[in-house]
Amino acid sequence: MPKLNELTAKETVEKIHKKEATAEECVLSVFERIHRLDDKVHAFVTLAEEEALRKAREIDEKVSKGKPLGRLAGVPVAVKDNICTKEIRTTCSSRMLEFFVPPYDADVIEKIKMEDAVIVGKTNMDEFAMGSSTETSYFGTTHNPWDLSRVPGGSSGGSAAAIVVDESILAFGSDTGGSIRCPASYCSVVGIKPTYGLVSRYGLIAYANSLEQIGPMARNVYDCALFLSVIAGYDPKDSTSVKIEPKDYTKFLRNDVTGFKIGLPTEFFGEGTSESIKKQVWRAIHKLEELGASCEETSLPTLEYALATYYIVAMSEASSNLARYDGLRYGYRIDRDDADWSTVYSKNRQTGFGAEVRRRIILGTYALSAGYYDKYYLKALKIRTLIRKDFEQAFKKFDVLIGPTMPIPPFKIGEKIQDPLALYMCDVDTVSANLAGLPAISIPCGFADDLPIGMQILAPPLREDLLLQVSYAFEQNTTYKDRKPSLK
Amino acid sequence: MGSAIQNRILIGLEIHTQLTSLKTKLFCSCSSDYRGKDPNMLVCPVCFGIPGALPVLNKKAVEFAVMAAIALNCKISKRMFFFRKNYYYPDMPKNFQISQYDRAGGVPLAVDGFLHIDVKRKRKKIRISRVHLEEDPGRLVHLGPIDQSPYTLVDYNRAGIALLEVVTDPDLNSPKEARIFLQKLRSILEHLEIFDGGLEGAMRCDANISIAGGTRVEVKNISSFKEVERALSFEIMRQKDLVEKGLAVERETRHWDETRRITLTLRTKEEEHDYRYFPELDLVPIVITNDFIEGVKDQMPELPEARIQRFITTYNIPQYNAEVLVSDKALADFFERCVKLYNKPKEIGNWMMSDLLRYLYENNLELPESKITPEHLVEMIRLIDDGVISGKIGKKVLPEIILTGRLPMQIIEEEGLVKVTSRETLEKIVDRVFAENPKAVEDALTDEKTVHFLVGQLMKETKGKADPQLANQIIRERLEIIKAKGRP
Repeated sequence: MPKLNELTAKETVEKIHKKEATAEECVLSVFERIHRLDDKVHAFVTLAEEEALRKAREIDEKVSKGKPLGRLAGVPVAVKDNICTKEIRTTCSSRMLEFFVPPYDADVIEKIKMEDAVIVGKTNMDEFAMGSSTETSYFGTTHNPWDLSRVPGGSSGGSAAAIVVDESILAFGSDTGGSIRCPASYCSVVGIKPTYGLVSRYGLIAYANSLEQIGPMARNVYDCALFLSVIAGYDPKDSTSVKIEPKDYTKFLRNDVTGFKIGLPTEFFGEGTSESIKKQVWRAIHKLEELGASCEETSLPTLEYALATYYIVAMSEASSNLARYDGLRYGYRIDRDDADWSTVYSKNRQTGFGAEVRRRIILGTYALSAGYYDKYYLKALKIRTLIRKDFEQAFKKFDVLIGPTMPIPPFKIGEKIQDPLALYMCDVDTVSANLAGLPAISIPCGFADDLPIGMQILAPPLREDLLLQVSYAFEQNTTYKDRKPSLK
Repeated sequence: MGSAIQNRILIGLEIHTQLTSLKTKLFCSCSSDYRGKDPNMLVCPVCFGIPGALPVLNKKAVEFAVMAAIALNCKISKRMFFFRKNYYYPDMPKNFQISQYDRAGGVPLAVDGFLHIDVKRKRKKIRISRVHLEEDPGRLVHLGPIDQSPYTLVDYNRAGIALLEVVTDPDLNSPKEARIFLQKLRSILEHLEIFDGGLEGAMRCDANISIAGGTRVEVKNISSFKEVERALSFEIMRQKDLVEKGLAVERETRHWDETRRITLTLRTKEEEHDYRYFPELDLVPIVITNDFIEGVKDQMPELPEARIQRFITTYNIPQYNAEVLVSDKALADFFERCVKLYNKPKEIGNWMMSDLLRYLYENNLELPESKITPEHLVEMIRLIDDGVISGKIGKKVLPEIILTGRLPMQIIEEEGLVKVTSRETLEKIVDRVFAENPKAVEDALTDEKTVHFLVGQLMKETKGKADPQLANQIIRERLEIIKAKGRP
């Protein structure tokens, strides 16, 4: 029989409802696992054990009194450390926010608390979500549970690693250019980047605000759909939030892709894509064809410019979003009373931010400067519009688009960290969904040399239902989700 | 080059006006009533720049700004958005200001307006290039003068207050015109009931000045329209002085030092900020429909020009009086409240125009700063009309009312200023005057025109308290008696 921490969210809720397990037992099982394993994996930056147990006991009391329970009753949730949690420190894996304790909960945190989920802790990430390997974290890198010498992907590397080794059942990620899908692919879990505006960004510490979304990560498609149903929905505190009625996404999980038209953009299978990945993704495509979908190669020519466009937009926005970290109101502050404010600001930012963050701020500042704005930022916005149009065209013909999530398998820790451009290249297939605001999912689709491979599926705006249906059908007819890393 | 051109002064103003009638800040629900409050108490995650917080636009602010734009004859944008103005300064919680911009694809709330001002009885059109909304920064507090203070304290209570920015073309040709323009703008905004100019720091202005077609210099930190004339006069003098000495006027930004009454170099052209304006994508574009504009128009209170016309036709007062009264909403309201209490508009207008305004002007006071109320003025005029006091006594007690707010009757009684209307008393005084001035009496018997001398003597004796009509009557009676008896 599986241990409580190995259950799915659906099973956990059922067990608690049926009084076959208490929330406290579920939470304790997760922490037992964390204490045993996390020294090796290093998925967490901060644990919230006391708060979690308190919350679990509250839920158990509700159960014993027969009070109604939320949709995530007793389910342990790991929270990426760029999502504000009241009274639990939120660091963005940066020295700048090492001791920052938010005075408020992000909207998604309020929503899961309402549904009786239990926050177990805050997960490691690339500093301010800038990276694809979790190596830029001030608190040290997270290790890929499939091979501890390799990266877990990023920036939500801690979240993906935590759930694949059963240190949590669900985890929040955030995705600015692939930060949910990349680690989902590298750790063999399911992760959704929702349509821009579907999930409130209130309380998500901004990296590039026009691109990013908070999204669900789980070990299977059903849990991801359940989690998304809880966190999606209009929030008046986020002006970019879409006004739509909440949906139960688990209703769309039908084991059926008959008649689905699937497009395969050749740009997703480009030169830089490793052969083993191409091979495995093609096998997955054939599987979908076998299940009744029709697949056809297509081309979205503007995708060639997506990566360059993404980095200009993201860095430009970052240069402004991260300006507030001056050490005056919160955050890292040097101990100097004798210097003027601008010297203190400079020193605080120089010391508080890591190298990658400083690089992106400097490049973004440059791209927005007088004389360069038109050349870089404005041009990037124009290409962004063209990319969006390219997708609109493609979705006239196809229900969803499919390709590999990552062009290369999980690489060795330290292998690329000195070569920023090589690292940036890893985002080549994921950034376009952010530029166009589309929903995208990464699901496990196999292994090569015992390392996981993820398949990315993209859908038109607000059609998460299509993503989920295709993913669910694929998952039900394959066994990849059942394979676990051998870490003990 | 003719001397007219050589001396030509061009002034453009950039005016920042708080929309003081708003209850909350521009992008959060913090109270905007910050004056006199303990520092940093009216803040929330949004206006304090806490990571993860997002702005939400105050709809009422848009309504107020549209109202102002209509009154300033502007073209209102159908679709506008906000931009970020990036620069570091300790009064800025996010180190960028959410503002609007008219370049780089930006669209301000309104453009291409104008306002007429009257200079030396001539109408002059001042073009308004744009009107937009932005957030106020916090307040820096120093101990003593800025360059001598050992520290700077920051109070973010003001941060996020809604500001209306009005920018004129360089159509003003003298410091006096600048003051008249500001007064007119203030009166309009006050008539719209969106602004109270009596509040400290509610209207601030920067000015661009050039003389003789030379280099443009920006003067910042002009805190009121009382200061604008001084600051501009100083700056024009400084520039003229340079030109006369054959020196160049440098392109720079200068700071008006209110205490020393001089302008000082703030930064040179080389040190100008590059604000790196780019869209604020945490806010969505605001669509302003014709219906919305019509709705605002319907709610608009009476504007100054209409009110002047109404004063002339309804109250039958001279145009000049109407213009002066309406130039300051407080005065115009005071006038109308008086008329409501006592339907003698002409007399009320005259008293306000001559004695009240002169006293305020000479003592550098604004009406709301004085203690006089409409009830006071009306009571005083009534006392005169009822014959209780003379007009002369009225003029004497008015300053006392303005300063102390005591009731006219109270002052009159306490200081024994009630008119002497007793025939018996006056007859005795007339006897004395006649006895003391035999030559004047003799003249009066033959020359009607010299009677006034005796009346004057009587007034002198009674310190102006004698009922002039009765005094006149008694003197004439006496003269008749002497005439009848024959010469003494």
